[in-house]
Amino acid sequence: MLEVKGLQFRHHHGEDDILKGIAFGANMGQITTILGPNGSGKTTVFKCIAGLWKPQRGEILFGNKNISNLPCEKRAKMLAIVPQEHEPSFAYSVLDAVLMGRVSHVGVFSSPSKYDYLKAEEAIETVGIAHLKEKAYTKISGGERQLVLIARALAQEAPILLLDEPTSHLDFRNQLLVLGKVRGIAREKELTVLMTLHDPNLAMLFSDKAVMINEGHIVSNGVPQSVITEDNLRKVYGINVSIINWNGARVIYPRIDS
Amino acid sequence: MKTKSPIYLLILISPFLAGWIAIFIGAYNVSPFMVLKVIAGEIAPFFGNPDIPERAIILDIRLPRVILAGLVGIALSGSGVTLQGIFRNPLVDPFILGISAGAALGCALSVGFFPEAPIQIMAFIFGTIAVVLTYTVARTQGEVSRLPLILTGVIISAFFTAMVSIVKFLVDPHKLQSIVFWLMGSFSLADWNLVKIAGAGIIAGVLPIFLMRWRLNAMSMGEDEAKALGVNVKRERIIFIGASSLAVSIAVSVSGIIGWVGLMVPHLVRMIVGPDHKSLVPLSMAGGAAFMIFADTLARNLTALDIPVGIITAITGAPFFIYLMKKGGKESWGR
Repeated sequence: MLEVKGLQFRHHHGEDDILKGIAFGANMGQITTILGPNGSGKTTVFKCIAGLWKPQRGEILFGNKNISNLPCEKRAKMLAIVPQEHEPSFAYSVLDAVLMGRVSHVGVFSSPSKYDYLKAEEAIETVGIAHLKEKAYTKISGGERQLVLIARALAQEAPILLLDEPTSHLDFRNQLLVLGKVRGIAREKELTVLMTLHDPNLAMLFSDKAVMINEGHIVSNGVPQSVITEDNLRKVYGINVSIINWNGARVIYPRIDS
Repeated sequence: MKTKSPIYLLILISPFLAGWIAIFIGAYNVSPFMVLKVIAGEIAPFFGNPDIPERAIILDIRLPRVILAGLVGIALSGSGVTLQGIFRNPLVDPFILGISAGAALGCALSVGFFPEAPIQIMAFIFGTIAVVLTYTVARTQGEVSRLPLILTGVIISAFFTAMVSIVKFLVDPHKLQSIVFWLMGSFSLADWNLVKIAGAGIIAGVLPIFLMRWRLNAMSMGEDEAKALGVNVKRERIIFIGASSLAVSIAVSVSGIIGWVGLMVPHLVRMIVGPDHKSLVPLSMAGGAAFMIFADTLARNLTALDIPVGIITAITGAPFFIYLMKKGGKESWGR
């Protein structure tokens, strides 16, 4: 179980706290989704958990062990990250790109072993992109590249998987495809998956738990049905929505008043 | 390294081929077989080596020059590929980032004013100052963007070149001549003593790069991603930049400023074998050695004079840079 406790963060020269005591938990084998409008602190929470930014107060526990102050080599073995904005550099093959996930397992002065290659191929197999293995990862579609980055995170063999808005650059079909894959992998490998999303409908469809954040506070936290409600959405986003129950599914439908 | 195709092997042995050709071409004609015979005789003395003039020409004049050129090629190309990797920028090399200009100032100071300060150490100190300056000025918000990095390199290079000019202006005329000639970049002073110095310094510089080369893949993903993958970015950048700076400074101290090699060779090799640093780094080093030996052979034999090889690399390098810029278009300049 991943536990975030009393997270407080402000920028170096910032006036106000961006996070004002964020606390929630995420379970193994489940997807926990952080929702919130732009500027709510969603990305800050993400960066603090990822270890890229240091919170002033609070801790991040995994299995009752504090992982907020680990050196990056050790952190990478606990926690794998799929970044939102990935600017491709050189035209590495998909296999070479996924192999980079093994960096924390390979000695500083060595190159990846047969075992590392095996793990990379396994991860590629898991996300279902074996046919792209030899292709340059810069010359495939956005959805495929997202899968490559997920495979890279899986090759890291960390129990926690963080995804920062994994659907933001994807078309309708790829959004469903990628999130479906993530859910399957979370179940199969018993990973603790934490991601941020913009679309409450996608959050409703794919998460086991939802955390709604606004202005550095947690607004609501629990099963998606109790968090993603008409009231909460109106309060946080300031728009009127209706939630329609249809054949057991809950659909969030914005009411456009003219 | 996986030998994926014969072309890998060809690149790896190219320095030896280039070296062999370089030794038998020259003002004094030596047959290709004589070269092999004399070198074999030296390695395995039981063949016996007759005391003929060719022996002195091959062993005392041409061989050290070829080895020195090869070492300098390894240093320049090896650090070029490293810097391109960690800055995720295909348009940089030690020359563009100011290491060469910094090292040149160190050497000029040592030759001109402080003969008691070892030239190699002065070169290393000033080369490192230059690249660290370029890096810190260009780095904003945790990332080093492409265009600012190149512009900063140009500025820092210009500054150090101006400092070299001050040294040239103040120094006594006898020393001025040797500084000016040496700045143009040449292997004409090569001897076994220089080979020893360059060998020790350059190997000390490129060895960590060679051993850690696979990590350049992860580092080329950018600072945040490399960190998330488990790379200690700060520490490893220091190692890579320090090692590159050492190799280049030693190269500059024995041969002067030879530009563009570190840009051109890694590019050509990347076009052939792809961007995976696991094979790109050793092959760039081999290609750099071969290119340097080849360019020096041209410099020696193109005219009756021994033209500084730095002029040859600059003449080929500038059009190459323009070609890359035009071809890469927005991609190579982006961000």
